[in-house]
Amino acid sequence: MTKIGRRDFVNYLLGFGGISAIAAIFYPIGRYLVPPPIREAEPTTLKVGSIDEFPANSSKIVRFGRKPVILIRDSGENIHALTATCTHLDCIVQFSEDRQQIICACHNGVYDLTGKNVSGPPPKPLTEFAVKVIDKEIVISQMKA
Amino acid sequence: MSNFFDSRVARWLDDRLDLSPIKNLVEHKKVPIHHHTVWYYMGGVTLFLFLVQVFSGILLLMYYRPGENSAYESMQFITSKVHFGWLIRNIHAWGANIMVLFAFIHMFSVFFTKAFKRPRELTWATGFILLVLAMGFGFSGYLLPWNELAFFATKVGTDIAGVVPIIGEKLKIVLRGGDDVTGATLSRFFGIHVAILPALTTVLLGLHLLFVQRQGMSEPEFFEELPEAKKHYIPFFPDFVLRDALLWLVVLIIILSLAVFFPWELGLKADPLASAPMGIRPEWYFMFMFQSLKFLPPHILFFEGETLGVLFFAVAGIFWMLIPFVKLQNGSINESKFFTYFGLATLAFMLGMTILGYLV
Ligand code: HEM
Ligand code: FES
Repeated sequence: MTKIGRRDFVNYLLGFGGISAIAAIFYPIGRYLVPPPIREAEPTTLKVGSIDEFPANSSKIVRFGRKPVILIRDSGENIHALTATCTHLDCIVQFSEDRQQIICACHNGVYDLTGKNVSGPPPKPLTEFAVKVIDKEIVISQMKA
Repeated sequence: MSNFFDSRVARWLDDRLDLSPIKNLVEHKKVPIHHHTVWYYMGGVTLFLFLVQVFSGILLLMYYRPGENSAYESMQFITSKVHFGWLIRNIHAWGANIMVLFAFIHMFSVFFTKAFKRPRELTWATGFILLVLAMGFGFSGYLLPWNELAFFATKVGTDIAGVVPIIGEKLKIVLRGGDDVTGATLSRFFGIHVAILPALTTVLLGLHLLFVQRQGMSEPEFFEELPEAKKHYIPFFPDFVLRDALLWLVVLIIILSLAVFFPWELGLKADPLASAPMGIRPEWYFMFMFQSLKFLPPHILFFEGETLGVLFFAVAGIFWMLIPFVKLQNGSINESKFFTYFGLATLAFMLGMTILGYLV
């Protein structure tokens, strides 16, 4: 059996203490820098205004919980609601009236009105929301997966 | 200068603090004169620009108020109401761009004159970190006016951090101070811009300058090979320093002219519920990386194209920082030529991508 000398023992003790001290300083700092998640009740439905005030070929962006949602009424009667954040790098998309498509000005991403990514860099479609009109009031809600 | 060291003040200080290292520097440092001498001024200009940023930044701090509902408003106040506020803001904005420009020029000039080689490996490495810090200053400062362009550029820039494997998502959240770019991001960027980066830069700049003073000016190969009689030098004090000062004055005048004749727009206030406007671009010194990412296909083997791109630039940056340690097999190729071609290729790639980024 090798004997650990008194000097080695003290060195180990100091080394161990030093590492613990460093950990005890940096662990809380690291944790501090990660922001705590904000728990907001995710709404399941949202009233977004009267259909009379939402003419054909127009769009608006509303806040659904913490997420921006784009509401589009095409040239006909259809109303679409989709997440407004581009799946590429997080820009906010817009409705192009003459192309009847959704475009992202950041890097020319293009989606159709159901949110499907048709050209440009976006890798995934926009998430669709269910749209209902109840007593002339537009109501959007999360689709069941 | 030399008579200063004979003065009573100097002798009093010398008794207590030993001024001989400073005296040595002042009396003996010399600068080689050859047809690449002009590059010796680039680090000094960068240093001057850093000082300009510190001063103008502190002045802006007197009125700037970070926050979703106050940042943009306080910038409006500075540029429209405060006496000379427009001037201070524009000096800071132009100075930032020109400082990064000169840091790049300085870096490539020490590269091509091979001043990075032994014994200046650490000078080079600290210099590279300074350049990265300068780019960090640019990225974090850009968001502070909380206008539309900056808001979306920051969304895109921090989202790119998210593609880094494993730690990307955490990194993005730490950078943004949450899932999205919000007022929390603004607070964080403010802290990074006015406290963390200045502290780190001061330490690294101190080391960088200490190394430069300890080693003296590097002499390019062709100069070293000259017979002693053909080597010309000028004293650092006062000859070179006075020329430095003159050049700094010229640079200051250029910044002032740019600030007066080409002021920066404040633009529209950021609105998280507005569509992104056309023309979202990173600042010019990020353009080469950004443009390269755009050329990558969405998927390469099992990876997302962007992930590979980001990893590539991280590795390339580290390689560039460690380039003085690269040893070539002796004999086979002329090392000096090899570095020159490698530097030219790097520079051509960066310039080409930047130009493409502005054309398309
Ligand atoms: C904030 C940015 C920087 C400042 C303020 C700065 C400042 C300076 C100053 C004042 C000098 C002495 C004068 C000269 O030779 O030009 C110098 C030298 C030097 N710098 Fe920098 N620098 C910065 C960034 C960089 C970068 C990005 C690199 C390269 C990666 C670098 C590498 C060097 C080297 C190798 C020298 C020695 C050159 C020689 O002895 O001839 N520096 N720097
Ligand atoms: S962020 Fe929408 S296309 Fe890039």
